[in-house]
Amino acid sequence: MNKSVVKQAFYKSLPVMAGYVVLGIGFGILLRSAGYGVLWAFAMSAFIYAGSMQYVGVGLISGGASILTTAFTTVMVNARHLFYSISMIDRYKNAGKYKPYLIFALTDETYSLLSDGHAPAEGDPNQYRFFVSLFDQCYWVTGSVLGSLLGAVLPFSTAGIEFSMTALFIASFTEQWLNTHDHVPALTGLVGTLLCLVVFGPERFLIPAMLLITLALTLLRKREERTI
Amino acid sequence: MNAAVLIAVMAVVTVLLRFLPFLIFRKQTPAYITYLGKVLPSAIIGMLVIYCLKDISLAVPPYGLPELIAAACVVGLQAWKRNSLLSILSGTLVYMVLIQTVF
Repeated sequence: MNKSVVKQAFYKSLPVMAGYVVLGIGFGILLRSAGYGVLWAFAMSAFIYAGSMQYVGVGLISGGASILTTAFTTVMVNARHLFYSISMIDRYKNAGKYKPYLIFALTDETYSLLSDGHAPAEGDPNQYRFFVSLFDQCYWVTGSVLGSLLGAVLPFSTAGIEFSMTALFIASFTEQWLNTHDHVPALTGLVGTLLCLVVFGPERFLIPAMLLITLALTLLRKREERTI
Repeated sequence: MNAAVLIAVMAVVTVLLRFLPFLIFRKQTPAYITYLGKVLPSAIIGMLVIYCLKDISLAVPPYGLPELIAAACVVGLQAWKRNSLLSILSGTLVYMVLIQTVF
């Protein structure tokens, strides 16, 4: 194992730490208040490992939803993961023994850390991506367990700390913008989603947005392939 | 339904969604999918930015101002220093101060 790879992966994962620990604590508290303790929090964060789905999941299990409702809700909430995987197909193709975990652990935040394709010049890039993914999940599991154990007894106000997730995506967006000359895909994502938000409302705009983005990028393919 | 069963269902469906594209395009990746792989990342990050800001209401005070100011800090710092950790921590701190003391 290459120590410098682990160190660089740790540094890369730091922006996710605050957000995951805090959002994880929020999830742990919520799950405890629904009557499910620390083992349940650990199990959900270890095996589902999808932030927003776990928040929705608390409602599903405490409300006694059916298997079908649960499966369908999961598809709706997590459909965007299809996108992440599609865009990582070539990058993860030869990841060997790391591949299953890399795919399993491809959350929004890990995706935004790894989608720029950068990896340290020295060492195995797949090992680097593996550790970034693993550190991220450790933060998430730690946060969930802490939240479940501590309950709501935090000594200071953390109101607003959830913005760290938004900040992470905005920073990734800015960085990708500065690194490319072709801003059409970025604008397609931004404007297409905004349009769907206005038309469909905050509860159900995500799937129309994904369809619209795919359609727009498909129509722009000829033009885009000349520029990239 | 039993909570353990529902958790298993959520876990299996999530894993399936993450693995599906890799299972379908195992042999050869079609040129169209490779193209999507190139253009989707920046589009999806743009989508996630909007997704995070979806619950802001521009019609009622504080009119999304804390988010706007904090987001501007992140963009400005990132463009200036190119250090994601710095931009994210500063932007989050600005946001926390704004909603706890100003707005």
